[in-house]
Amino acid sequence: MKQLLAFIHKEFLHVFRDPKTMLLLFGLPIAQILLFGFALSNEINHSKIIVVDYARDASTRSIIEKVRASENFDLYGVFNDHQQIEETFKRGETKMAIVFPTNFNQDLIHSGYAEIQLITDASDPNTATTLVNYFNMLLLDYQRELIEVQEMPFNINLSLRNIYNPELEGTTNFVPGVMALVLLLVCVLMTSVAIVKEKELGTMEILLVSPFHPFMVIISKVIPYLFLSIVNLIVILALSVFVLKLEIAGSLILLFGVSILLILAALSLGILISNVTNNQQTAMLISLMGMLLPTLMFTGFMFPIENMPRFLQVISNIVPSRWYYIIVKNVMIKGLGFESIWKESLILAGMTVFLLLVSIKKFKIRLA
Amino acid sequence: MGDLKMISTHDLNKTFGDFVAVNNITFDVHQGEIFGFLGANGAGKTTAMRMLCGLSIPTSGEATIAGYDVYKETEKIKRNIGYMSQKFSLYEDLTVTENIRFYGGIYGLKDAEIRSRSKELIQTLELEDQRDLLVGSLPLGWKQKLAFSVAIFHHPKLVFLDEPTGGVDPVTRRQFWDLIHKASDDGITIFVTTHYMDEAEYCDRISMMVDGYIRALDSPSQLKKTYQAASMDEVFYELARGAKRTE
Repeated sequence: MKQLLAFIHKEFLHVFRDPKTMLLLFGLPIAQILLFGFALSNEINHSKIIVVDYARDASTRSIIEKVRASENFDLYGVFNDHQQIEETFKRGETKMAIVFPTNFNQDLIHSGYAEIQLITDASDPNTATTLVNYFNMLLLDYQRELIEVQEMPFNINLSLRNIYNPELEGTTNFVPGVMALVLLLVCVLMTSVAIVKEKELGTMEILLVSPFHPFMVIISKVIPYLFLSIVNLIVILALSVFVLKLEIAGSLILLFGVSILLILAALSLGILISNVTNNQQTAMLISLMGMLLPTLMFTGFMFPIENMPRFLQVISNIVPSRWYYIIVKNVMIKGLGFESIWKESLILAGMTVFLLLVSIKKFKIRLA
Repeated sequence: MGDLKMISTHDLNKTFGDFVAVNNITFDVHQGEIFGFLGANGAGKTTAMRMLCGLSIPTSGEATIAGYDVYKETEKIKRNIGYMSQKFSLYEDLTVTENIRFYGGIYGLKDAEIRSRSKELIQTLELEDQRDLLVGSLPLGWKQKLAFSVAIFHHPKLVFLDEPTGGVDPVTRRQFWDLIHKASDDGITIFVTTHYMDEAEYCDRISMMVDGYIRALDSPSQLKKTYQAASMDEVFYELARGAKRTE
C-alpha cells in the first residue's frame, strides 16, 4: 500500500510539473466547452441566402425587401426555378433557400393562408436553426403589418425542410459530445504516454526489477488519471451549468457512474496502446488517430449516425463514446433514469470489462 | 571473499528464434566480489544480465541469484538485488530528494529509514545544495552517481550495473569506481558490465563473452598472464577478434 502511494505521488508530480500535460488536461475541456458554447449562442449576421420566387407578386416582393433589409441575411440571388437551389447548396454558397410557390399573394389574400418553403443546410444544425428563427421573426413582423391594414387574419405557414440532418440534432447535445471526447482523449493519451514514457526513459526496467508488482504499475498509472478525469468531468459539468446555463435534468450519481465506466474503458485502451509501442510519439499518434477521429466521427454529436451509410453505422457500434453519448444525452438533457439507459450501459460496461481484461493480460511483465 | 555463491548459473541459454543470444554459460559469482562482465557489442552481455535480474526468462539452463531460483523465486530475487540500467534511469522531472523517496517507497522502506538513508546519501555525494533541484538539471556524471546510489539504496545483497559509466569523463569514472568499492566494502556484491578495459582492472574477477559464449573467466592479472598480454586491452583484443557478431 505504501509502495502504491509512493508511486501515485510520483505520478502526480509528473503531471503537475509538465505545463503541456496540465494544459492538455485542463485547458482542453475548458476551451472546448467555451468554444462550443459561444459558437452556439452567437448570433449570425450576413448569412448568404437565396430566394426562388415563383409568384413574383406584391407580397413576395415585400418579404424579399425585408430579407434584403435584414442585418442577418445577405440576399445572394433571386431565381426562378428549383434547379438553382441544389447547385448553390452544393457549392456551399448559401445556408438557406426561401421558396415562394406560385399564387402566393392570391392564396394569402383570398384564403388567408399561404405557404413558404424553407430549405436549410442542416449539416451545421446550429446555423440552420438560427436562420430559420430569424426568418420566422421576419415573417411574424410582416404578418403584423398586414393585419394593421386589413382585418382578416393571415396565416403564412412555413414548411421546413432541413436537408442533410433531418433531426436537427446538436443544439445542446454538444456538451455530452465534448464530455465523451475530452474524457476519451485525456485518458487514452495520458495513460499511454505515461506508460510508454517509462519504457522510453528506461525507468520501466528499474520498476520491473524492483519488487513492485507490474500489475501495481498499471494500477498506479490508472488511479491518478482516473482522479484527474473525474476532476475534469466536474469542471465540464460546472461550466455547462454555470456558463452555458445548461441544466442537468437527471441523476448526477448516474452521470458520474457511467462516466467512470467510460474513463475505465479509455484507461484500458491507453494501457493497450502502450503495449504495442515503445516511444511516446507513436503512442501519441495512435491515441490521436485511433481515438480522436473515431470519436468525432462515430459518437454522433458532430455527424448524425442515422445518416451514415449502413457500413459505417455498423462500425460506429464499436466506439465506446457512441454509447456513452446516448446515455449522457438521456440522463443529462432528457432527465431519464437508469431504466432507459440500462441497455447502453450494459454495452459500455461490457466494453470496459473486455478492454480491461485484454490490457492487463497483454501488459508485458518482462521485457523480452 | 565468502564462499556463498551470489550468482550461480549452469548451462544458461537464451534463444530468440534461431538466434542463440546466450549460449550455455556457466559461472559463479561469490559474495562480496566485484565481478566484471565483459564482451563486445552484441556478445550477449545485456541478455545474460537481464535473465539474471528476472527481466527475461531463460530458454534453458539453471541459475540462482542469492540462492533463489530465477524461474520460481523471482519475487525473492527482486527484493535482494539492485539494478542500474544502461539508460539513465531516474526521473528527470523529479528532484533529487523526490527520486530517492520514490525508489525507497517502491522498495517498501519505512519513512524514517528513507529519511536517514537519503540524508546520508546526499552527504556522501555532496549534493546538499542540489537536493531540491530537478535531476534533469544535474551534469551527467552526478546523475550516474546518484543512479548508482539509488540502485543500492535498499541495501541489496547484489547489484547489477549495466555499463554504468558510459559517456562519463575519466575523473567522474574514477569517482564512480570509488563508490563501487565503497559499496563492495559494505558487503554488496557487484556485477558490472563495461566497455572500458581500465575499469576491468578494478574488478576482482572478469568474464569475457564472445558470440554468446563465455571465453575466459579469471582475475585480471591471471588473464594477462595466460594471454601473455601487457594490458587488459590486449586480452580483450585477443579474445574478441574472432567474434562474428557485431551490432
